[in-house]
Amino acid sequence: MNMRRLFAIVLKEMRQMRRDRITLAMIVGIPVMQLVLFGYAINLNLRGLETGVADQANTAASRAVVMDMVATGVIKPTHSANTPQELMTLLRAGEISLGVVIPPDFERRRFDGREAVQVLVDGSDTVVQSAAVQLSQLPLDTTNAGSTNAGGTNSGNASASTPRMPQVSVVAFYNPERRSAINIVPGLIGVILTMTMVLFTGVAIVRERERGNMELLIATPVSRSELMIGKVLPYAVIGLVQTTVVLLLGVWLFDVPVRGSVLDVYIAAVLLILANLTLGLLISTKAQSQFQAMQMTFFVFLPSILLSGFMFPFAGMPRVVQWLAELLPLTHFLRLIRGVMLRGADLFALWPDVLALVAFTTIMMTLAIMRFRKRLD
Amino acid sequence: MATHNTPVIRARGLTKRFGTLVAVDDVDLTVPRANVYGFLGPNGSGKSTTIRMLCGLLTPSAGEIEVLGLKIPEQADALRLRIGYMTQKFSLFEDLSVRENLEFLAAVQGLSKSRAKQRIDELVAQYHFEDRQKQLAGTMSGGQKQRLALAGAVIHEPELLFLDEPTSAVDPESRRDFWEKLFDLADAGTTILVSTHYMDEAERCHRIAILDRGTLVADGTPAELTAALAGRTVEVAAAQPRRAQQTLVAVPGVLSVAQIGNSLRVLSADDGDTEVHIREALSQAGLQAEVTASQPNLEDVFVSATRGRGRTDEARQEQAA
Repeated sequence: MNMRRLFAIVLKEMRQMRRDRITLAMIVGIPVMQLVLFGYAINLNLRGLETGVADQANTAASRAVVMDMVATGVIKPTHSANTPQELMTLLRAGEISLGVVIPPDFERRRFDGREAVQVLVDGSDTVVQSAAVQLSQLPLDTTNAGSTNAGGTNSGNASASTPRMPQVSVVAFYNPERRSAINIVPGLIGVILTMTMVLFTGVAIVRERERGNMELLIATPVSRSELMIGKVLPYAVIGLVQTTVVLLLGVWLFDVPVRGSVLDVYIAAVLLILANLTLGLLISTKAQSQFQAMQMTFFVFLPSILLSGFMFPFAGMPRVVQWLAELLPLTHFLRLIRGVMLRGADLFALWPDVLALVAFTTIMMTLAIMRFRKRLD
Repeated sequence: MATHNTPVIRARGLTKRFGTLVAVDDVDLTVPRANVYGFLGPNGSGKSTTIRMLCGLLTPSAGEIEVLGLKIPEQADALRLRIGYMTQKFSLFEDLSVRENLEFLAAVQGLSKSRAKQRIDELVAQYHFEDRQKQLAGTMSGGQKQRLALAGAVIHEPELLFLDEPTSAVDPESRRDFWEKLFDLADAGTTILVSTHYMDEAERCHRIAILDRGTLVADGTPAELTAALAGRTVEVAAAQPRRAQQTLVAVPGVLSVAQIGNSLRVLSADDGDTEVHIREALSQAGLQAEVTASQPNLEDVFVSATRGRGRTDEARQEQAA
């Protein structure tokens, strides 16, 4: 490894990047766009679901139950009906997403500890369904609530043992407004780094090949590792810039807390950046064109978003999928960054994930250097 | 270290196959030191493939190569420090300036910072880039790009320079300048292997090798090669050159008939009395013509080397068309 040659490649990459306006715009543009999209537009905790209410009991107690549900902010009563059948018609027509049925014998059922409130839900949207489940877990005195799909009921045995207490709205301690931004922003650092870092390096070597520069490079004394490392370093700096952009915007726009040390946040980011850059390099040695490199990037990006625990809870996945997810750098990064930022953990406590990222980087870099030949055939 | 007498490049039985295609077929080459050695051949004749094998960029399917005393491709890494290579397609960075490109190459070739600065200043002056140092390489003309590529290829003062069709996209004046630079380099002791499909360029080389469909069909100094064709070229001044041409391509032993202005240049196979056949054919056709012997040139060498190999019919059709 010759430092002068390595530095020459880093300098060349940075000079080229400086003149590549689209890439420059992407460096800052992608984090800002994604942060705003995920932070504001994509909200996995639904609020203000259009709801029809059939309060057949119409007592003070039944009206109080409805008021409690409205108070959670999850439902917004838009229709009232006399019978469950009317609600089902509205549901089928798409006028409402939820129906709340309070039967005429509500008081009696509540007293007996039987199901007293029924929530009808448009089960075709799982997110709405989970919102209904949230509703059913409201501590409704001794009231049971069951959620149904297509009219079938299931017994609300979870809330059967709810202690007798005044009906209150849901209070979440760390995230009282149930804002997903708090959970999403730290994860978003990982998603953005996965997308841009793999893409940038995935394209980096293929581009040299497409433009004919590779033939010049391999005819010079540049070694494989100098070329590979020299290509990775400038992008690592960019990754840190992106991390900073997301962190600052997250704190500024969404009041996302950083409960652990900022240094740990950056160390975790560097670990993910290196893992992704080396993965990108490996893609680059395989892809024949920039287009292919982009496709392969997407091939990695999609499972990362879906399986890492960024969008759906890791614990809910089948065992096999969990094993698969363990192979993705983003999975480990999410555990690190959520641990550090939200729970105030330090990296030592999270060492298995640190180790996983280091191992991933080492393997990818070795494979990339081995695969890259200083030959044209 | 090789002495002045040992050749710089020695290749034996060099062969390269891509799948079923034989791009280079059993080529033997010897390139002496401090020479401009030309590689002449039509497109697709295996010139680039041969050059790439000689610099260790491609692995030969068969054959032995020794360049600057190193076994190739095994010792290609050591060779890279001592050669310069200029690709057929411009391969410097179009989004870097002239100076940035040279700085990059200087660093990559291991020049120290102070030496690099000195050498770049030298090259900028020599290759006339004084007022273009900050211009992006991609915005320059074909001739300027080639000049820059050559400057980049010699930045570390290599002993041996490979140039793959360096002037294919360059105007005649730039080509002449470019060749002046090559002779300066050869004069300073650099051995140059240059491929081309221009006859006038081949004519200027110390030695040339002609490749045709992967096979070496001629090898020698231009004077040797043309001398070998003595007596086989005639000039025919005819009143009706097109008709005369149609008549002559049908004459047995005639390899090619090229019209130059009002006269025809006829190259014949090596059977001694073609001139007689030509006169007979012309008088039989009732054409007035004057037949004179003429000096063979490299184009004749090229045509006889490439057309003599079963392509005669094809060539005739081309000529007659």
